Amino acid sequence: MIGAFANILGRLTLNAFPHDPITIGGAVFMVGSFLAVMGMVTYFKRWKWLWKDWFTSLDPKKIGVMYMVVALVMLVRGGIDALMMRAQQATSVGASHGILSSNHFQQVFSAHGTIMIFFVAMGLMFGLINLVLPLQLGARDVAFPFLNSMAFWLFVAGMILVNLSLFIGEFSAAGWLAYPPLSELHYSPGVGVDYWIWSLQIAGIGSLLSGINFLVTIFKMRAPGMTLMKMPMFAWSVLGAMTLVIFAFPILTATLALLFLDRILGTHFFTAGGGGNAMMYVNLIWAWGHPEVYILILPAFGVFSEVVATFSRKMLFGYKSMVWAIWAIVFLSFTVWLHHFFTMGAGADVNAFFGIMTMIIAIPTGVKIFNWLFTMYRGNIHFATPMLWFLGFIVLFTIGGVAGVLMAVPPADFQFHNSLFLVAHFHTMIVSGVLFGDFAGIMYWFPKVFGFRLNERLGKYAFFCWLVGFILAFVPLYILGLMGATRRLDHYSASLGWQPLFIVAGVGALIIALGVALQILQFIVSFVLRDNTRDNTGDPWNGRTLEWSTPSPAPFYNFAHIPEVSTKDAFWAMKQRPKNEKDKELPYHDIVLPQNTGVGVYIAAGAFLFGFCMIWHIFWLAALSLLGIIILAVIRTSRDSHEQVVSASMVERIEAERLRGGEAV
Amino acid sequence: MSQEAEAIAIEHLRHDTERRAASEKTLFGFWVYLMTDCVLFASLFATYAVLHHNTFGGPSGKQIFDMPYVLTETLLLLTSSFTCGLGVLSARRRDKRLVLVLFGITLLLGASFLGMELSEFRNLALAGNSWRRSGFLSSYFTLVGTHGLHIAIGLLWMAVMMVRVKRGHLSDNMVKRLTLLSLFWHFLDVIWIFIFTIVYLMGALGV
Repeated sequence: MIGAFANILGRLTLNAFPHDPITIGGAVFMVGSFLAVMGMVTYFKRWKWLWKDWFTSLDPKKIGVMYMVVALVMLVRGGIDALMMRAQQATSVGASHGILSSNHFQQVFSAHGTIMIFFVAMGLMFGLINLVLPLQLGARDVAFPFLNSMAFWLFVAGMILVNLSLFIGEFSAAGWLAYPPLSELHYSPGVGVDYWIWSLQIAGIGSLLSGINFLVTIFKMRAPGMTLMKMPMFAWSVLGAMTLVIFAFPILTATLALLFLDRILGTHFFTAGGGGNAMMYVNLIWAWGHPEVYILILPAFGVFSEVVATFSRKMLFGYKSMVWAIWAIVFLSFTVWLHHFFTMGAGADVNAFFGIMTMIIAIPTGVKIFNWLFTMYRGNIHFATPMLWFLGFIVLFTIGGVAGVLMAVPPADFQFHNSLFLVAHFHTMIVSGVLFGDFAGIMYWFPKVFGFRLNERLGKYAFFCWLVGFILAFVPLYILGLMGATRRLDHYSASLGWQPLFIVAGVGALIIALGVALQILQFIVSFVLRDNTRDNTGDPWNGRTLEWSTPSPAPFYNFAHIPEVSTKDAFWAMKQRPKNEKDKELPYHDIVLPQNTGVGVYIAAGAFLFGFCMIWHIFWLAALSLLGIIILAVIRTSRDSHEQVVSASMVERIEAERLRGGEAV
Repeated sequence: MSQEAEAIAIEHLRHDTERRAASEKTLFGFWVYLMTDCVLFASLFATYAVLHHNTFGGPSGKQIFDMPYVLTETLLLLTSSFTCGLGVLSARRRDKRLVLVLFGITLLLGASFLGMELSEFRNLALAGNSWRRSGFLSSYFTLVGTHGLHIAIGLLWMAVMMVRVKRGHLSDNMVKRLTLLSLFWHFLDVIWIFIFTIVYLMGALGV
């Protein structure tokens, strides 16, 4: 009986549940917080509201907020992983072996990388795009609202899988990119790598769908008069990033599928024997992975372009060169992937080519840096918090970028490869580039979404914690790397003299954690004191682009009248024009918007179940969930119309209510 | 009164324009999706290119490919693409009966293609030359099989569409969806041409 039952559940047995104290602690903490949130929602009777107003919503602003919430929770999860690693490396020296076992340490750094890239950086990026892009384009929605909701829920499904591995089974111990042959069945027979594969596969397909969606949105849904060369720079950077998504993410899908075939069907793509080629995996994964870096950074560059122009009260310097720089980066980012493994032995000629291309890609990035500096030059600079994030970025990012060019030299890279110098370099790029950019974006656009500004004082404290903490945490890693410390060390000899620097890095990580705590506090305090910072003008920062032309918070239809655009920085131009009384007398029209639907949630739930069953080899249930997904897709596409009409009189009523003072809305 | 009628007419016109714009978006979006699928296949082709000499003591393509058989498969698929194109043309003329006939033929041809491919796979596996045998065979089965999987999805889509056409009428929306389906089908045809050339023809030549 028990045997038959075990068979039905594939590899899933009671042994899958955690045994060691740290994992149990983590699992209890996560389950506890999950249950606490569920309990609170139940206590306040918010389930219906959550489902009807949020989960099933196709409004990109709401989807954007949900992306943000998930990404910020994951930032805390990935941050706890980081603190554990810092604690381990600060204490595991000589006779002491620190707090984590070797295997657990490996799972922790694999989970940290996976979560931070896929569920924090990607989540913040797609969140910001959802919040801002349609508004900036003067559009009411994205091109495919249903696809948008489905993509978000696929992202959530992947996120749940990663976290589920904490208490059912284990996570991958093969690093955030799971290089074979280590990630092959022979060396990683457990479920860890399968968890990694399926969480990324499901979230990755969501990202691919989002990429298509936003690309079509930009090409087809701009306000009348907004030619491409009149688009806000954030929209341009999103267009570049989404182009990269479209070309890069299918490679990830294929690569993950091949690795899974190796593990489940016994194929020989990347195996050590049988005619497999592990180096091919490394090539394929970086052919996706390098563009991925730019997928994350380009939208952050876009945020900085908006922020620096707004807070310098000047038009962005060198608009055309900015656009060309983005497209140069898009193109070049597909020609540099081999610099991640110069040491693989591709030969001097190949290494020289990729080394030179890597140095060349620094040029368009440099163009952007100088454009931002020239935008500030003779500007009327306002040191609001988004601007502080920008200033922190420009200093740290330049330092990290120079370290990158250093590593682009193949002979030098043989020294830096897999050292902590490299770890420090890419953290400088991704933390001070991507994260600082996304934080600046959150501060900047928050009033547009919620109708009140975030607390400036706490924002500044948080920024300085991040800045100081970051420098303390990562400058020691540059030095340690040059001293010969490799990445992913769970133990080292006391005679090396590395411990003091690791302790400094640990202190830095704690200061960053304080910064995160201050950010959370900032949300709470700003919410409580929201009456002091309410934005009744719709334009709290004296902005330049169309999103500031609509009230805050933006109505669900974004614009009562679709704006007409004749210049770049369209809203700035509107503000310069003398007020025309006729503007207000335009008649209202019916607005067609998509109806809410839960199908996206159901499909993602099916995908989650499918992934979980593939991980645990519960094939009958996997087949059933696949069938469920197909049936849902057929049902969804069988109806011709999913629209609701907001009548002109309704729009008029909402707009009138806003004019009387936004409180009721 | 007439002013009101005019306003309603304008409102209708606006809805109409919006609907046309929506249809244009879908078409463009579908092209972009096909592009991403193209990159997926490109990755698999690259994998095949890297691994096709790694026979690991097993057979090479030259030893296992049955060219007349593959040519038959190819002709089936190419013909199905032709009938699919005719099907879309008759859909534009709103000829419901002809649409059903032509897509029915396409469905049969596609299913025969898939059947032949599966039988080819089965024979290879029974002869001990499955995907487990070597890196070459892994990449062969995966590349050709991924195409086959797409064909299966296309057939399913086609069957669902035919039921809908039979039950309902050929609305603009239906014609649009049939157009998307045919785009997908032609795309798979193009991929097959590459598979036929790179895997089978070049394999038979031992390149």
